[in-house]
Amino acid sequence: MDVFEEQEYARSFSLELWKKILHYTKPYRKYMLILMAVMAGTGGIDAVFPLMNRYAVDHFIVPGNIEGLWLFGIIYAGLVALQAVNVWLLIDIAGKIEIGVCYDIRKLGFKKLQELSFSYYDKTPVGWIMARMTSDTQRLGETIAWGLVDLMWGSVMMLATLCIILYLNWKLALIVMSVLPALALVSMYFQRKILAEYRRVRRINSRITGAFNEGIMGARTIKTLVREEDTLQEFKELTGNMRNSSVRAVVVSSIYMPIVMALGSIGTGLALWFGGEGVIYQTLTYGTLVAFISYTAQFFEPIHQLARIFAELQNAQASAERVFSMIETEPDVKDSPEVVKVYGDVFSAKRENWPPIKGNVTFDNVSFSYKDGEEVLENFSLDVKAGESIALVGETGSGKSTIVNLICRFYEPQEGEIRIDGVDYRKRSQLWLQSNIGYVLQAPHLFSGTIRDNIRYGKLDATDDEIIEAAKLVNAHDFIMRLKDGYDTEAGEGGSRLSTGEKQLISFARAVLANPRIFVLDEATSSIDTETERIIQSAIQKVLKGRTSFIIAHRLSTIRSADRILVIRDGRVIEEGNHTELLKRKGYYYSLYTNQFKEEKEMELMSRDSWLSDDVV
Amino acid sequence: MLNKWQLLLSFMKGRKRKYIGAIIFTGLSTLISLVAPLVTRTTVDSIIGDQPMMVPEWIADLISSIGGKSVLAHNLWICGIVLLLLSLFNGFFMYMRGKWTSQASEHAAKNIRDGLFDHLQNLPYDEHVKAETGDWIQRCTSDVETVRRFLAMQLVEIGRTVFLLTAALIIMFSLDIRMTFISMAVVPIVFAFSYMFFSRIRETFRLADEAEGRLSTVLQENLTGIRVVRAFGQQAYEVEKFDGKNREYSELSYKLTRIMAGYWSLSDFLVMFQMGVTLVIGVYWASLGTITLGTLMTFVIYEGMLLWPVRHMGRILTDMGKAQISMGRIQELFDKSREDMNEDGLKPDFDGDIEFKNVYFEYEKGHPVLNNVSFKVKKGQTVAILGPTGSGKSSLVHLLQRLYDYQDGSITIGGVELKDINKKWLRQHVGIVLQEPFLFSKTLKENIALGRKGANDTDIYEAVRIASIYDVIKSFEKGYETPVGERGVTLSGGQKQRVAIARTLIRNSSVLIFDDSLSAVDTETDAAIRKALKERSKGITTFIISHRITTLSEADLILVLDKGRLVQSGTHDELIKQPGIYQRVWTLQSMMDEELLNIENKRLDGAVSQ
Repeated sequence: MDVFEEQEYARSFSLELWKKILHYTKPYRKYMLILMAVMAGTGGIDAVFPLMNRYAVDHFIVPGNIEGLWLFGIIYAGLVALQAVNVWLLIDIAGKIEIGVCYDIRKLGFKKLQELSFSYYDKTPVGWIMARMTSDTQRLGETIAWGLVDLMWGSVMMLATLCIILYLNWKLALIVMSVLPALALVSMYFQRKILAEYRRVRRINSRITGAFNEGIMGARTIKTLVREEDTLQEFKELTGNMRNSSVRAVVVSSIYMPIVMALGSIGTGLALWFGGEGVIYQTLTYGTLVAFISYTAQFFEPIHQLARIFAELQNAQASAERVFSMIETEPDVKDSPEVVKVYGDVFSAKRENWPPIKGNVTFDNVSFSYKDGEEVLENFSLDVKAGESIALVGETGSGKSTIVNLICRFYEPQEGEIRIDGVDYRKRSQLWLQSNIGYVLQAPHLFSGTIRDNIRYGKLDATDDEIIEAAKLVNAHDFIMRLKDGYDTEAGEGGSRLSTGEKQLISFARAVLANPRIFVLDEATSSIDTETERIIQSAIQKVLKGRTSFIIAHRLSTIRSADRILVIRDGRVIEEGNHTELLKRKGYYYSLYTNQFKEEKEMELMSRDSWLSDDVV
Repeated sequence: MLNKWQLLLSFMKGRKRKYIGAIIFTGLSTLISLVAPLVTRTTVDSIIGDQPMMVPEWIADLISSIGGKSVLAHNLWICGIVLLLLSLFNGFFMYMRGKWTSQASEHAAKNIRDGLFDHLQNLPYDEHVKAETGDWIQRCTSDVETVRRFLAMQLVEIGRTVFLLTAALIIMFSLDIRMTFISMAVVPIVFAFSYMFFSRIRETFRLADEAEGRLSTVLQENLTGIRVVRAFGQQAYEVEKFDGKNREYSELSYKLTRIMAGYWSLSDFLVMFQMGVTLVIGVYWASLGTITLGTLMTFVIYEGMLLWPVRHMGRILTDMGKAQISMGRIQELFDKSREDMNEDGLKPDFDGDIEFKNVYFEYEKGHPVLNNVSFKVKKGQTVAILGPTGSGKSSLVHLLQRLYDYQDGSITIGGVELKDINKKWLRQHVGIVLQEPFLFSKTLKENIALGRKGANDTDIYEAVRIASIYDVIKSFEKGYETPVGERGVTLSGGQKQRVAIARTLIRNSSVLIFDDSLSAVDTETDAAIRKALKERSKGITTFIISHRITTLSEADLILVLDKGRLVQSGTHDELIKQPGIYQRVWTLQSMMDEELLNIENKRLDGAVSQ
């Protein structure tokens, strides 16, 4: 995951990117405009308050006159009320934009994830995608809303203050502004440093998370190896680094802030010095000096804010790059516009146009290699008739899984064609094919929710009766009924603990409910107890009946019952035929079979539930 | 038992001085920010203007010693310099405050992290079998972060707020009592208001957090189950499901925003309204001559400085509430009791025989896993254990490392009762390879070297050779330096097992246990490993759980377990003469391949003729 995390992104501002970011605020243009208006209003009122003080000094105190004080008070109160409304609008609207943008990006991202091909998932860790969809999106939304608020506020404040002090006394104003270039330089230097430190902190932080993950997952191993103390030492080193880096980051910003303040007070000091002299030599009124000094203080306030905002914008830019890199990924497997026009896309299928499927599958001179050049199929041809069952046998890495992935169109061949019922499957939509293929995996994946929900996943509008029927067909009904809550038992991670075998049965029921024409089964290698094994075998037989099926098989009983067995080696079919034919050939299959036979027999004997009352052999 | 805050205090130990120092510096820095306006005021009022000076005597002395205020009036740069000096001091204090606060809070965070890590590592084995990994990690990372943030950002702020309030009150009171009351009228209201807000926002925060959790769950499930989603063509349904959660979370977030908007705008209103009231009444009084212009200015400036931190209370309270919830979640982990390591136990040499006498063991009351098991193993013997799933094989070997404790009977090594032995000592001398070993995100070499501190390359090569994993390692481009685990290459089950075997072998244990750890290795490699082991491990008592008859047959003692009872035991030669499972499997195995095929062919012929 770190490999992805540590990807470095451009540090300079990229106009292109910000255009894209702004594009996502399109639905909120109206709010953005209101927000900016509110912002300007807020900044303006903030800037006006000291003017009110000056007015009070010049008009009431110095002449000793209180006429109009009540009106003044009412205006003041009015401004205060207006400002309160401003603040309320500000937070509300900025929040709306933030939440809206996050919502939109997440939605868009999720949709994209549903379209992306498996080649994307092969090389992208789930954790990475999760981070893009959660923290990065959040940061982007926050910055778009609040970064802009702050930026507007800071700029308006500074500009307004600048105008006012220039208006009050431009000479004095220029003197105060003489510290600005130094401030700009200091800010740029420090922000870069601070950013770099925080990046380091975040990197260590992700390593700490990793260490906790391993510390907990590997705790049993650590215990048996008596490595507790050493592991703790290693961990302490990590947390020590974390502490040092964090402190360093804070220290750097603790140096920066005082410098900004000192420069600010130089400005104020200068104003006091020259302004005071002005009053003494009567080139400046007393009230103006009072106002001028309060404005000077106010002028420097937004500067370190702005520096912080720029750093945040930079961070947001990095997040944006990561999020967009995901959203903009083009899926490798994609339906052509013509296909989409006729059959619809993943989200709005035009089922009425879908042709029925019989289940003939043809590989015509198919060549395929993964992007990293891994496993290859070369000029692979295969003709499977509707209703035929095919067992794929061979060692890990021989190409069995690739064949299955190609049938499901999780990948597409680079050369040659795969035809379903005689038509190149690229001329139909992915959803059409995948809705007609039942795919049961080696490691069954269940979603959180009840068993009923999980079975219903195969056909969302299935009635309860249909669900029970499907469960009965694969012999899952009995064990489900034995559970305390029956079909309403929680099946996910937090729910009751179902064994692997039980999960498999549920995934079979799910596939049966979908009633596909083509069935793909990736058989489990792990051993399950004999009883469950037998139930699963009989379930498989029932499920396969009358369907075209492809099985990555490990169990002899499954292999034996297939109509045709393909022995795959290095992406090629080296032996082909039914069980009897292949045995007679006394080739690779023969030796594979006899070895497997012995192992299985032995396993079967050894792993019975009990031997006390058995009558084996 | 400690409560949440006491627990937190215990982690802050050792850095309390830094914290106190940071609070003092905060105070000093605050003090300067209170004094600086006074300097400006005196300059404007008394040096440029002609009001009487209201300064402590020593400053008045100081001013007259340099020639009185007229000198200052003509050298106003001095006042500027004083301001600058003050801000430099302030800068120094702020720097110290920042440094010490971060040192103290990062130290506390490190203590919590280390403490959690250590505590979790030392929980009993069973806790880890049942662990909810995701939830624990959540607590160890984001909850710790919430607490750290509170310590780093808000704790000292409380000090500042209290200090500011006290100092400002004192100064204000000394200037004008009536003005003070008027200026501070809103403070109690803001406090009360913040408190009300605190409880409301905490509840909404929790709801939004939970909604976010649900959103992540849907996302994560979709990603890990993407194959299932595609296989059933349920993308549209998934999008709808995600959208529901997305919407729910967004709505709750917006609710939170609205509460915040209400809070901030109302408290802003109160604060600014207060400033207006002070100004109007101040102006009125100043025009009557009740107070000086300078006093009015001071009040106006202080108000600005003081009311904002008061308003900041809302933020502090929010973070405090979150820290409180997080600390509670962290505490729940600390409340789990640690494994008793029997530190004062004996440290015998493991030279003798191992004996089980009437051992009884259960996980749950009334469900014996091992019942009345007795047997004796001579030092250096190899013991093979077989039995069906759930017969108690794994439990039996786990007892030898005391990963679990037997309830009755006795297990002795060299005559010493297992329960009297220091647990670490025991585990150092009894090596076990678990059925599903865990490899760490390190290189292959580091993973193997984990077995023993200070293992050198020769030890590693030796272990690798015996575990028959050399060819695999060689096939990787980076060889021994190949990273494995989550971020490295994916090893097959059998390869993992062999790395784990090498890792255990390197320990030179007196007792070695293989808990079905060769199950994913093919038969030939299995045999090779056992052969190499036999050559090396003379004098080492070895326990092997296996389903392979060849493995079993080579053992000095074979134990047959069923339903927690020892049903047969003896050597290969003895057992093949006794009727029982061992004999049956052996007979079957010894049948010729041809015979096997005959059975098969008959079956086939039958099928064909049907």
